This record gives sequence, structure tokens and C-alpha cells, in this order.
Amino acid sequence: MIDRTIEAVWKIESPRVIAGLTRMVHDVGLAEDLAQDALVAALEQWPQSGVPDNPGAWLTAIAKRRAIDLFRRNERLQRKSELLGRDFELQQEVAQPDLDAIADDQIGDDLLRLVFIACHPVLSTDARVALTLRLLGGLATEEIARAFLVPEATIAQRIVRAKRTLAEAHVPFEVPSGSDLAARLSSVLQVIYLIFNEGYSATAGDDWLRPALCEDALRLGRILAGLMPNEPEVHGLVALMEIQASRTRSRVDAAGDPVLLLDQNRTLWDQLLIRRGLAALARAEQLGGALGPYALQAAIAACHARARMAADTDWGRIAALYDALAELAPSPVVELNRAMAVAMAFGPAAGLELVDALTSEPSLKSYHLLPSVRGDLLARLGRMDEARSEFTRAASLTRNARERKLLLERAAASSGSQVL
Amino acid sequence: MRFMVMVKATKESEAGVLPSEQLLADMGRYNEELAKAGVMLAGEGLHPSSKGARVKFSGARRTVVDGPFAETKELVAGFWILQVKSKEEAIEWVKRCPNPMEGESEIEIRQIFEAEDFGPAFTPELREQEAQIGAQMAKNASR
Repeated sequence: MIDRTIEAVWKIESPRVIAGLTRMVHDVGLAEDLAQDALVAALEQWPQSGVPDNPGAWLTAIAKRRAIDLFRRNERLQRKSELLGRDFELQQEVAQPDLDAIADDQIGDDLLRLVFIACHPVLSTDARVALTLRLLGGLATEEIARAFLVPEATIAQRIVRAKRTLAEAHVPFEVPSGSDLAARLSSVLQVIYLIFNEGYSATAGDDWLRPALCEDALRLGRILAGLMPNEPEVHGLVALMEIQASRTRSRVDAAGDPVLLLDQNRTLWDQLLIRRGLAALARAEQLGGALGPYALQAAIAACHARARMAADTDWGRIAALYDALAELAPSPVVELNRAMAVAMAFGPAAGLELVDALTSEPSLKSYHLLPSVRGDLLARLGRMDEARSEFTRAASLTRNARERKLLLERAAASSGSQVL
Repeated sequence: MRFMVMVKATKESEAGVLPSEQLLADMGRYNEELAKAGVMLAGEGLHPSSKGARVKFSGARRTVVDGPFAETKELVAGFWILQVKSKEEAIEWVKRCPNPMEGESEIEIRQIFEAEDFGPAFTPELREQEAQIGAQMAKNASR
């Protein structure tokens, strides 16, 4: 029982503790190790002493003391002036009696620096994801491993290597500025959205949804929106995730099979999350400027969210938003979605024209959604034989077992309709 | 998982006494902390029960009773919806809340049902029925 309480306190406090420690010791890996030491101390002491009134300050104080011990030991061994300097800084930090006196601003700044370190481009994408969940999400290695269906040792090693890479590259503990900021922020947003998508439409395994990961990503997004309230794309990403998460309950049926957006029971959509998503989108729009790729995707999701029934969907507006997205962030996948919207707004023949232009696109060669969408349009044009072979091809390409089943059902249904 | 966190009413809150400026400021800071941590989905304060009503059910009969209601300590004066990892985390967040009332007060934490919590009671048939209602609505709309 007390262990679960400590786990909860850790989830709440660890990002701030690690961020503050990183500022002091200039090494995120060491900071995390020190924070882990403090966690071990809490697990030893709190069952007897109870949880202290200010557990975050308690954890920080213990970790700082460990840091000083460590630097003194190193100093005796190495006598390095640089370390002496750090020791002095640390003593000043520890001498500060009231930890609450550290301004909220300072904590926010440190947290934001930690976000940018965890998503630093010197790391592989996998490493960024693991480190972000670990440092900012407060997830244990074992939780991350379970979420991504990989062995715990793999994640542990990934995190160790990431910390070493950051130390070797002497990545500074700072918020990037100027022209750097846009690119670095886009890496942060990408990592958060990757985590969300891993939960929302699992790329591997039997389950199509892992809601806990969606919640982790949403939480990270909301935290980032609090830290960077003037960045429209942060609100855009939050809006996109809130609206997509609002459909969690209707995206799979009782058997656990995926239900397509237009077939979903909209009365199951979570109106609270939709309201939050629309509010976040409004903030992104109020901040001015042209909408970025996340805000545009959120605006598209908002069109669906606002339609009480699938038949009410404003496909003309969605097609226009996809036009803007295709111009801003052109990709075959966006083009494929644009084709779908065009088909809905202006008929399957117009959509099929756009899709056919994509069939020679090498990056889509093994992308299951291309034959899936093409099959859908062909079926609507009554070209059932072609539709069936496209659905069958799509089924052979997807890595998700439940999605494969759905596609095979559509293939079978296509031959059924042909008889009629 | 989500929790509804309910502030229980007191004699003062039921009498319509508004919170002090200090408490409002503290509460504002706390709400900001919840929002910045990404855990607060919603939160509202409620008027005293004198402005509310109850609808009582007995078989097919409905009787409306206007407020105020007597059992002050059982009434709700405000609530939050929190999205957290565990009940323990919800408790930790609530422990950080400033005392919402001037004297003694109580906050109750209740978990919100998610579809998967219904387990076997929320049978495939029931879900199917819900889905059919949705499909029917869509059909009616397209007529």
C-alpha cells in the first residue's frame, strides 16, 4: 500500500526533482541516478516515517546530499578544479533552507530544459521516446517495456545508452533559441505524438488500443502546453490528441475489432475531451499565424467531432484543410487522406484519381492503407473484383492482427455484393 | 483512469458564504498546478443546495423537491475530474489541495467508470444495442 503511494508521489515529483538536479550537476544521467537513490531511500524510510509533508523537497534534499558525497569522493580522487566549482554550487543550493523558495518559474524552466534534452536530435527516436516517458512521464523501465511490448532489458539498455550519448555529446541543459527552436520543438512534438499513436493505433501486437500510453502522451502534451503557452503548434498537438482520444470508446467493438471513423457510434465519443480539444484548437488559432501541421490535423479532427452524425460531416472543409496540409507538410500519407476527403466531398471517382497517382509511390509500396482506401473507392464505384483484390492485398500488408481480420471481412463482403 | 474529486458542503457554503480572497488565490494556484501537471480535466464550484432541486423516483411516480437539503455534510459543493495513473496518485494530488473551507472540511475521491470496468455486465449484446442506436440515428439523419 505504502509502495503504491510512493510510486504515485514519484510519478508526480520525479520530473521536477530530476530537472532541478540536472541544473545542479549538469548531467541528466547522473541527475536521474541521484533521484533514483532518493527513491530507494524513500522506499526504505517512508513505510516507517510516513510520507513527508513536502515529498518533492525531501527527495531533492536526499539526492543533493548524495551528489555532494559523490563529488567530494571524486574530488579526493581527482582533485579537479571543475568539480570543486560544482561542489561549491551544490553547497550553496543545499544551504538554501526553504526549497519552496525556488520560484515556480525556475522549476518550469528546468522542466522545459529537461523536455528538450530528452528529445534531443543526437538520440535515436526510440531513445527519445523511452527517455521522455522515463524522465518526464515518471514511468518505470518495466512500464515502458510493457507498453512497447519489448523486453525490459532492451528499454533499460536503451536508456543507459541514451544517457551516455547525451553526456558524451556534452548536450547543454538549455531551451534552444532562435532558429534552432522550431526544429527542436518539432522533435519534441513528434516524440509525444509517437507515444500517443503507439497507444492509439498500436503498430504491433493483438490489441489495437493501449489507452494508458494515450493518457501518458496527453499528459505530456498538456504539461508542454503549460510550459510553452505561446506556441500554437503545442496547443495544436494537444487539440489533436484530445479529440482523437475522445473516440477511444467507439474505436473498437465488443470483440476488440477496430471500427472505422464513419461507422463509429458517436454517442460514445467523450464530449469532455472534445470540448478540451476544441478549446486547445481555439487557443492555437488565437495565437495567430498560419496553422501548423498539428493544428491543421486538429482542425480536421474537429470537423468530425463537431458533426453529430457522420452524414453531417463538412467534407468540403476537410478537403480544403488537407489541401493546406499537403502544401505545408507534403507526404504520400497526407495525399492519401486528401484523396479520401475529396472522394467524400466530390465523389469516389475524383478520389480514385488522386489515389491512382499514388500507386507508383515507392514509400507506400507496403503501406496497407493504400490498397485499403483504393478498395473502398473501387467498391463504391461498383468495381467489386478490383476492390476485393485490393482489400486482400491490404490484409496481407498490415502488421495488426485485428485490422487484418477487418480487411479480410471487407474482401469477403466485396465478393458478396457482386452476386447482388 | 479518472476520478471525480468532490468537495463536501459545510454550513457556510450552504449559507452561500463566498470563499475569502486568500482562499480563492490559493485555490487558483492549486488549479494551475493541476492543469500544468496535465491531470485536471475539469473542475467547477456549485451553488448552495437552496438553488437546486431533487427529483425522487418511486416506481413510475416522480416527485420534485426543491432545496435546500438538510444533510449538509453529504452534499457536494464543488468537484474536479482528474486523470491520473492510480487512486494513490489522486489521493496525493488531493492532499496538496488547500483546505477548501474555512474550518473542518472533507474531500471525497471516487473513481469514474470506464467502458472496460463494466466487464461481463456490459455484454456484447448491450454494446451492440448501443451501436445500433447510433447507426439508426445516422440513418434517420441521412433521410
